[in-house]
Amino acid sequence: MKSPELPYADTLKCVQCGYCLPACPTYQTTGNETQSPRGRINLVRLVAEGKISDESLLEGPIDLCLGCRACEEACPVGVPYGEILEQTRYLLREHSTKRGLGQRVQTAIYRHLLPDKGRLNLLGDFIWFYQQTIGRWRLMNRLLPLREFVEIMPKIEGPIVRRRKESKESIHARQGNKKVMFFRGCIMDVMFSSINRQTTELLRHLGWSPIVPEEQTCCGALHAHAGDLEFSKELAKKNIMAFEASGARVIVHNAGGCGAMLYEYKHLFEGDSEWAERARKFSDSVQDISQIVASSEQGKFAKAVDAVVTYQCSCHLNHVEKVKSEPVQVIKNLPGVTYKQLPNGTSCCGSAGIYNLVHRKEADAILQAKMSDVKKVNAQVLVTSNPGCYLQMKLGIHQAGLSKQTRVVHLVELLAEASGTAD
Amino acid sequence: MSYGDASQVVSELHGKLQREILTDEADRWSYSFDASFGTFLPDAVIQPVSRDEVVKIVQTAVKYRVPIYPRGTGSSLSGGPLPVYGGIVVDTSWMRDKLEVYPDDLVAVVSPGIHTAEIHRAAEAYGLFYPPDPSSSEVSTIGGNVAENSGGPRGLKYGVTRDYVLGLEIVTPEGGVLRTGGRTVKNVTGYDLTRLIVGSEGTLGIVTEVILRLVPRPQDRRTALIVFDDLVSSGRAISKVLTSGILPCAIELMDQACLIAVESYRPSNLPTDAQAALLIEVDGHPEAVRDEIKKVEAICLELGAKEVRVARNETERQQLWFARKQISPAIARIKPTKISEDATVPRSQIPEMFRRLNQIREKYDLQLVVFGHAGDGNLHPNIMCDIRDDEEMERVEEAVSEIFRAAIELGGTLSGEHGIGTMKAPFLPMEIGEIGLDMTRRIKAAFDPLNIMNPGKIIPNNERNRVVLR
Ligand SMILES: Cc1cc2nc3c(=O)[nH]c(=O)nc-3n(C[C@H](O)[C@H](O)[C@H](O)COP(=O)(O)OP(=O)(O)OC[C@H]3O[C@@H](n4cnc5c(N)ncnc54)[C@H](O)[C@@H]3O)c2cc1C
Ligand code: SF4
Ligand code: SF4
Repeated sequence: MKSPELPYADTLKCVQCGYCLPACPTYQTTGNETQSPRGRINLVRLVAEGKISDESLLEGPIDLCLGCRACEEACPVGVPYGEILEQTRYLLREHSTKRGLGQRVQTAIYRHLLPDKGRLNLLGDFIWFYQQTIGRWRLMNRLLPLREFVEIMPKIEGPIVRRRKESKESIHARQGNKKVMFFRGCIMDVMFSSINRQTTELLRHLGWSPIVPEEQTCCGALHAHAGDLEFSKELAKKNIMAFEASGARVIVHNAGGCGAMLYEYKHLFEGDSEWAERARKFSDSVQDISQIVASSEQGKFAKAVDAVVTYQCSCHLNHVEKVKSEPVQVIKNLPGVTYKQLPNGTSCCGSAGIYNLVHRKEADAILQAKMSDVKKVNAQVLVTSNPGCYLQMKLGIHQAGLSKQTRVVHLVELLAEASGTAD
Repeated sequence: MSYGDASQVVSELHGKLQREILTDEADRWSYSFDASFGTFLPDAVIQPVSRDEVVKIVQTAVKYRVPIYPRGTGSSLSGGPLPVYGGIVVDTSWMRDKLEVYPDDLVAVVSPGIHTAEIHRAAEAYGLFYPPDPSSSEVSTIGGNVAENSGGPRGLKYGVTRDYVLGLEIVTPEGGVLRTGGRTVKNVTGYDLTRLIVGSEGTLGIVTEVILRLVPRPQDRRTALIVFDDLVSSGRAISKVLTSGILPCAIELMDQACLIAVESYRPSNLPTDAQAALLIEVDGHPEAVRDEIKKVEAICLELGAKEVRVARNETERQQLWFARKQISPAIARIKPTKISEDATVPRSQIPEMFRRLNQIREKYDLQLVVFGHAGDGNLHPNIMCDIRDDEEMERVEEAVSEIFRAAIELGGTLSGEHGIGTMKAPFLPMEIGEIGLDMTRRIKAAFDPLNIMNPGKIIPNNERNRVVLR
């Protein structure tokens, strides 16, 4: 066998039935089997068997996979696609001889920026400054490479506000079994600091005592998806220790992408005598904010929303953490909501971590299909449960010229409005 | 075999088709397989979106004598779409512009890339019904269904794809457009080319449009799970039910190995100590089905069933079918490689076929489970093995050959619905005889004098005379 490290045994579980094809967004938009789960698994298998000698053939198809894991759920025989994908990315990364500038920059950002709260905050300051000053002239934005993203980017909170609220939250921790650890995320905590603050407010409103340990760090999802498994394990260990030290029973997150990674720590450490059990305990304690709200007492949301509301699932929340009904149930229970189901609302929006930044063309095709579904519902509020989806949907709405009709929100923002805790 | 150079076809068609021709190595490997065995690398993959594009492709292939292989979703279990001699895969799964239902004529007109389940839903919207229901309905294309003459559980009462195809449009292997049949159920004009092409596995032309017959949707249905202590009484029960004036729309059988596999995969409250269980469904007028399911229950109890569970509502019915649908995934966990056969025997021979399958299991010491559409004799013996284990695979190949022989000896057939393709071709003469084979060859040559349309399927070549799975 040529490449023993490839997940060969897992690829053999695939019976090539094709049941996963309708679920795969990259297959549906390209119409090309190479960009399908079955096609990708087959290529990995053929490389592992030595039928394909050029391993680099895998790069394109593996790169273009969103990692949304919709295929895994559609598969009748339970092929562990997520593991095949991550292992393959890991291997390609290890073998990659031409680690270009792009990859080195990416690794540097992943390793040195995301887990470093101080540096992230400085970046946040920079973006804030930009938004407050030059960014006010739209003309300036047009000159930037990712100008569309800049235009739809949320207004970042100022340096003082962002740094202040932290210490305030930390003291709020009380003892008792209502204690929950809030997982704040790395990018989320800078770009969407107001949503994070609303989340802790909401938790308090529902009678929980959130604590936000400073020792926590980035979840490691982007690293794992890029094949940097070693580094994501390092980050995972920090988070597990932070949780153990916090004394909380539950870990709450508000970002589906991070949540799924936290939920998968138990797989990350399988067979590790020191960490496996600790990771399992950690993963079993992870909950999305929607689950907490759904299990909390009713009647805490008094302000009528009065709008037609729809929901775009976060892939990882849906396919990995398997949180499916709670977000919808929570939305439906809000007073004044007319809920309309988004057709194909469980299908990926094309955001997928940083996919939309590196694969603009492919992500655009997926987003356009998504927007034609959004138009069918004609909702005033489009709810998301992950920052990547939030930005992607905003971009889609902006491009489709729907900004006047449809407002994109994070689930927490909608709940904050309805509970009166919004600031 | 002397074929021309595919790159000439590619360069001549370059820029003339809506979708780009795929020639990257990764793309070619992605169309080198189906849901059965074997990998054959094509030189290119073309994805036409209209009949006119198909005509262009075929005419160019004729010009350069390059073999072409029609393909739908590639869910074939017999190697039907595999490009065994290289050449060009013609993927018709993106020909999807037409799905028209004409309720007054009780017909649907459909493009080949439409999925079977989409036709089910479109018919349903008019209170109509398209009965053929291969388990792969959500993914298989109607083009593939027509080519394989696919069936499903409902075949017992409603027949198979062939019974619903009223007319076809195909592009012939010489590049002409042939329309067969029409929109009427009755049609005796000339030879019945429609029926010849259905089930021809893409060897007689590329299907570009299908006219399907629809029927009124049955108003109600009832389902029961019936448990037996031994296989022979379950066989007797099937015969008795079918001769008592009831025609169920499905009689599905699972053997003990299946019951155990399902229970350990997704517990569905199945008895694991029983030797066999039947799933029987009747459909029709609400009063009739209520009466019929009672009769089924009485017959089975009389013949020694140890338990009869009748679904009281739709949820319970779904649960029973859920258990049936778990068989495939459940047994797939036993071992990584799954060989699905679908040898079919006359109903009366089902118990004997079971006996032979047991013998084969023991003789070759293999994990062999049996389930399937017992009502029409279409059994699915599945062998679970490991493709990496050469010694085991040899035994599997022997066992498969023996299954084929057993089916034919009992007056049955090599394949009830999955097709002959590459895998079963060596056994064709055994079933249809020398004259049958000669006639088949001559029909093929009349349609396809250059032998460029899906060569290497159905008709055995002389290179191989046994089952090869690796
Ligand atoms: C899990 C699973 C369950 C299945 N269950 C059933 C079942 O219950 N009953 C059953 O009968 N089958 C079943 N099958 C087999 C398979 O799904 C059917 O044979 C199906 O009809 C194949 O359709 P396809 O679109 O995938 O065609 P493909 O596999 O791509 O091709 C099948 C054949 O059709 C030809 N073909 C495809 N399109 C055209 C066209 N436009 N013109 C001419 N020829 C064409 C190909 O050349 C090939 O010979 C199952 C398969 C799987 C994997
Ligand atoms: S993870 Fe998503 S994009 Fe990747 S193969 Fe699966 S369904 Fe397709
Ligand atoms: S559904 Fe599962 S077994 Fe079937 S092709 Fe996809 S990954 Fe393979």
